[in-house]
Amino acid sequence: MTSRAGGHAWVFGDDINTDLLAPGLYFKAPLEELSRHCLEAVNPGFAGSVQPGDVIVAGRNFGMGSAREQAAQVLVQLGVGAVLARSFGRIFYRNAINFGLPVLLFPQAGEIIPGQRLEVDARRGTVRDLAMGQSFTVPPLPEHLLGMLEAGGLMPWLHRRLAARREAAQDV
Amino acid sequence: MNVAGAPPAVGLADGLTLAEKILARASGRDSVRPGEIITCRVDLALLLDSGGPRRIWPRLRELGAGIWDPERVVLVTDHFTPAVDAASAAILKLTREFAAEFGIRRFFDMQGIGHVLLAEHGLLQPGMFACGGDSHSSNGGAWGCYISGFGAIEMTGVVVTGEIWIQVPDTLRVTWEGRFADGVVAKDVMLALCRDLGMDNAFRVIEYVGSTIDAMPMSERMVLTNMAAELGADTGIIPPDETTLAALRAAGTEPDAGALGWRSDDSAAFLAEHRYEAGALEPQVAAPHSPANSGPVSQAAGTPIDQAYIGACVGARLDDLRMAARILRGRRIARGVRLLVAPASSRIMAQAAEEGLLTTLTEAGAYLLPTGCGACAALGAGVLAEGETCISSTNRNFQGRMGAHSASVWLGSAYSVAAAALTGRITDPREFL
Ligand code: SF4
Repeated sequence: MTSRAGGHAWVFGDDINTDLLAPGLYFKAPLEELSRHCLEAVNPGFAGSVQPGDVIVAGRNFGMGSAREQAAQVLVQLGVGAVLARSFGRIFYRNAINFGLPVLLFPQAGEIIPGQRLEVDARRGTVRDLAMGQSFTVPPLPEHLLGMLEAGGLMPWLHRRLAARREAAQDV
Repeated sequence: MNVAGAPPAVGLADGLTLAEKILARASGRDSVRPGEIITCRVDLALLLDSGGPRRIWPRLRELGAGIWDPERVVLVTDHFTPAVDAASAAILKLTREFAAEFGIRRFFDMQGIGHVLLAEHGLLQPGMFACGGDSHSSNGGAWGCYISGFGAIEMTGVVVTGEIWIQVPDTLRVTWEGRFADGVVAKDVMLALCRDLGMDNAFRVIEYVGSTIDAMPMSERMVLTNMAAELGADTGIIPPDETTLAALRAAGTEPDAGALGWRSDDSAAFLAEHRYEAGALEPQVAAPHSPANSGPVSQAAGTPIDQAYIGACVGARLDDLRMAARILRGRRIARGVRLLVAPASSRIMAQAAEEGLLTTLTEAGAYLLPTGCGACAALGAGVLAEGETCISSTNRNFQGRMGAHSASVWLGSAYSVAAAALTGRITDPREFL
């Protein structure tokens, strides 16, 4: 995972919640199956046609609702490269970073046309719309979160931390 | 900076809010400010069968790591109880094995919903910093502690390291003064607040104060903090008072000395303060598919329903069963409507039996379900078919939440749910008081 992504824009409105991202009815199913139902209630074609690197552009409070990490995991599973939204549900936001999925505040979400090719750079805080030749500046992530993202998420970060702890233990 | 896009708090006061005081203590600092990213030591971690062992254990194996302090972990089976198929049975089995493997003594297996059990067993203290693997962990904030919900991957980090990073949230203070009219309860407050404050309050804490809250028992206070999750807040919190301490003692826990000191300074800076009059509030319902689609129940009266559900951490407490029984005593629910009741814990079930509430409810035509999350999240018994309409005492009515995508869920207090069961239509419960 990385702090950069590029692909086609999938545009959604406000309040996309965790039940829409990872519906409870398929909750016990393996991730592959759960991800086939991702967002089907609002866009039945999404899970079947989204391509690796594609970018979700949404309105306010994307990912609001439950703590289910599958809401972020299904997006990673489907290859989504980044999520840009006017604001995020807190737990979703944290989960996404923990899975190495770039999530950026994007006040200009309303200016993006579905299907447009976008390039996202979380470290530089930029979104480029290739067809329109437009470039947007977005609020950059705090360094702590960029580090987590670039490490690939929480698991690689924990691996490193534990390895350091073991080394320190061996030194004494 | 505020990662969720919240504007910075105004004012330069030097006082701290209650949430800031707890976060300062947990991060070993004298003071913290909204927007700062800090690392906190975790006093208590709540793991549930849903996002707990089944998702954490494989990661612990991958890391070759154990649990930092099994004494600080509370493990509960509630989302998948009782097992309804082989998949849920396997999840429960794995959860039990996890408890045994890591020596988790505070393991509550099929005894009720985790958020309710923390309170019943007096496991939350004012000033505590706790993390739960579920969004409604905020429920416990009624005890004057900072308890917030996180995803399972993040809870993996918590159980391995005993620490978590927090971006210090702004505090939004909500004051309620005065007394409710009969038939109006904490649930109505939260449905009104979802409409008024919106559900987009990430990186904010909601602090509830005022004479209305002072007069509430702990169970009603927990509705306010539980549904801080619906406001999208990091958590909800209520400063402890004598009611808190008495309830803690009743649960078998001696409060820490100085527990009452956990409150916001007079000079603390709040992001905003909102004031409400309790006497002006009418019973509320939220229309599908959002808790923020709320309004007075009278405006929705007449909407036909198929199912009425009294369940969940927030909506099947002893108080809720009492409310329902008050409406249903000596009456019968409408033909063609089903009323499902799933008490939130075994203890509540027993108390309700002792008070005769279960008899009242079942005589009125209610169908009693096992304790657990059940239909609240479409995980257990009582889910909805395509096109059906339900009124529910739960906290969330997102599309697909309680079953089929085209099902419609209305939210209301147990009074409103019971009244709708009687008439088969959404009804102002005050007609039956
Ligand atoms: S009852 Fe519903 S809201 Fe409460 S913990 Fe269970 S699933 Fe979540």
